[in-house]
Amino acid sequence: MAQTTLSNEPLLQQTPFSPRRAMQFLGRVATYLIILALCVLFGYPLFWTLMSSLKTIPEMFSFPPILIPAVPQWSNYWTVLNIDYPVGRWFANSVLIVILTSFGTLITSSLVAYSFARFEYRGRDILFMITLSTMMLPAQVTLIPQFVLFYRLGWVNTHLPLWVPHWFGGGAFAIFLMRQFFLTLPRDLDEAALIDGAGYFRIFWSILMPLCKPVLATLAIITIIASWSDFLGPLIYLNTPEKFTVSVGLQFFNAVPEVGGEPMQHLLMAACVMSMVPIILMFFFGQRFFVQGIVMSGIKG
Amino acid sequence: MAVAETGAPAQGTPDSKASLLSRLVGAQTPFQTKRAVWGYIYAAPWILGLIIFWGGPIIASFYFGFTEYAVIGSPKFTGLSNYIRAFSGDELFWPSLGRTFSFAGLYIPFAVGGALVLAVLLNQKLMGTTLFRTLFFVPHLIPAVALAVVWTFLLAPRVGPVNEFLRAIGISDPPGWLASRDSALASVTMINVWAAMGGNTMLIFLAGLQGVPQELYDAASIDGGGAWAKFRHVTLPMLTPTIFFNVVLAVIGALKVFTTAWVATQGGPSYATWFFALHIYFQAFQYFRLGYGSALAWVLAAVLLFFTWVQVRYSRRWVHYEGG
Repeated sequence: MAQTTLSNEPLLQQTPFSPRRAMQFLGRVATYLIILALCVLFGYPLFWTLMSSLKTIPEMFSFPPILIPAVPQWSNYWTVLNIDYPVGRWFANSVLIVILTSFGTLITSSLVAYSFARFEYRGRDILFMITLSTMMLPAQVTLIPQFVLFYRLGWVNTHLPLWVPHWFGGGAFAIFLMRQFFLTLPRDLDEAALIDGAGYFRIFWSILMPLCKPVLATLAIITIIASWSDFLGPLIYLNTPEKFTVSVGLQFFNAVPEVGGEPMQHLLMAACVMSMVPIILMFFFGQRFFVQGIVMSGIKG
Repeated sequence: MAVAETGAPAQGTPDSKASLLSRLVGAQTPFQTKRAVWGYIYAAPWILGLIIFWGGPIIASFYFGFTEYAVIGSPKFTGLSNYIRAFSGDELFWPSLGRTFSFAGLYIPFAVGGALVLAVLLNQKLMGTTLFRTLFFVPHLIPAVALAVVWTFLLAPRVGPVNEFLRAIGISDPPGWLASRDSALASVTMINVWAAMGGNTMLIFLAGLQGVPQELYDAASIDGGGAWAKFRHVTLPMLTPTIFFNVVLAVIGALKVFTTAWVATQGGPSYATWFFALHIYFQAFQYFRLGYGSALAWVLAAVLLFFTWVQVRYSRRWVHYEGG
């Protein structure tokens, strides 16, 4: 994004004083002050959470409250994995579901998008319209019959309902994003390969997919974030704490933040931080792709 | 969609058969036929997905809406009784719908307006823009459950840091936030606005701002326009398509509000945050009234479609498409 280019003129230039420049300078200072205030607004709650996760229980409930613990209890992060709640399992479950969901979405949505972008057949455009229209329907409508379906299959209280559906095309958004990208790739590539005797799958896998790396990264990040944060699905399908994902587990922990009468709020905060860190790190490293994806879907929508 | 099941590729089929197949898939030559068949094969996962996870469930859900059904056993047809009950016999129906609208009415202007303000600030070509953008975006990345848990602590009436701050600046009787009936709805709205403001909405606005041609600002400068005039008469009109897009998304998001309310307040205190999506969840998955829950889901779908239609219908009055 062009947004990332920084100002190449220094803040204060060696020019003679003029009222106009002074106004501009004051405007800049004001803008910085507003942005700083916003940084506090968005950053402080997260800082507070991090600090709370490093406190002891007396520090957590001391009055007047203290922000920064006397001795940071980094051991909280180890302790939380060894309490009676299977917190470690929740993370392992979430990681597994996220991996299976992302692979399913990436593989099947790119195949379907390849079909929509490069093949001509009866019903293709209607199919694509139907695909887009599924984005308008609230999930609640299909949720209940899907629950009945998975109940009949005996999949309730397993992880299957959470990832298997993503292997069937990955959803309208994924297909749309991939299709838009395929349309930007020159068709000459396919045709040259076809003349050289490559099959359709070969064209897809060896020629187009390597060019799709940026959009695949975008889609992977968006899918991982959505899957990691998903709450309604796991809430409906999972009943026993061993099967919980991070989201449902945190909710469960939050409802009863003590084990055997021992308050565990500091450990709850540690678990919250642990649920945020992987996603935030991934965003830091994949930011470029993420921003591109949002912009691509947003501008063309 | 039945065409999709026409089967294997046309390799080695006799001419007469191939021509039937080619007419079926809308092709003229054997080459086109073969290509069309491969097109169906690659689309097959999604065609199956549409049938299993969309088409089937939509039909089933529509039918369930007219039945009494509790997972065990089979649905019992009861005609319109679910809808009659919703509109006239369920004392939580109208209040939960109204509450959802109140939430949307508060959430949409603050989330979309706030995102626009943030985007305009970040578009000033200041030093450290990338860093600020990342920081503003982080709340949007927090899993909704962690968000609700953290804010429950921050807004705790007696020991929470927010009220501690308010007392420090001289407000001796700060609100009870999530714990009080009067302020719970506003608190849930605030949490959602906080998380959404710097998120996708802001990124889409930033991209929209990049698309405003510099000449227009230059022209406004020559005409003596100040910063406000430029914003009001250049930025805002040029951004109307982006604003429209973001508002449509915000409406859809607002009407489905669920997780923060469920985790932070469980719909309470005394139903103050019992939103429509919570009502559906409780009916369907706590009381296992799947028939009634389906009927409620269709009401939500109808409301959503209606609002989207209204927005598209009236967008022409205020959305400005360059060259369109």
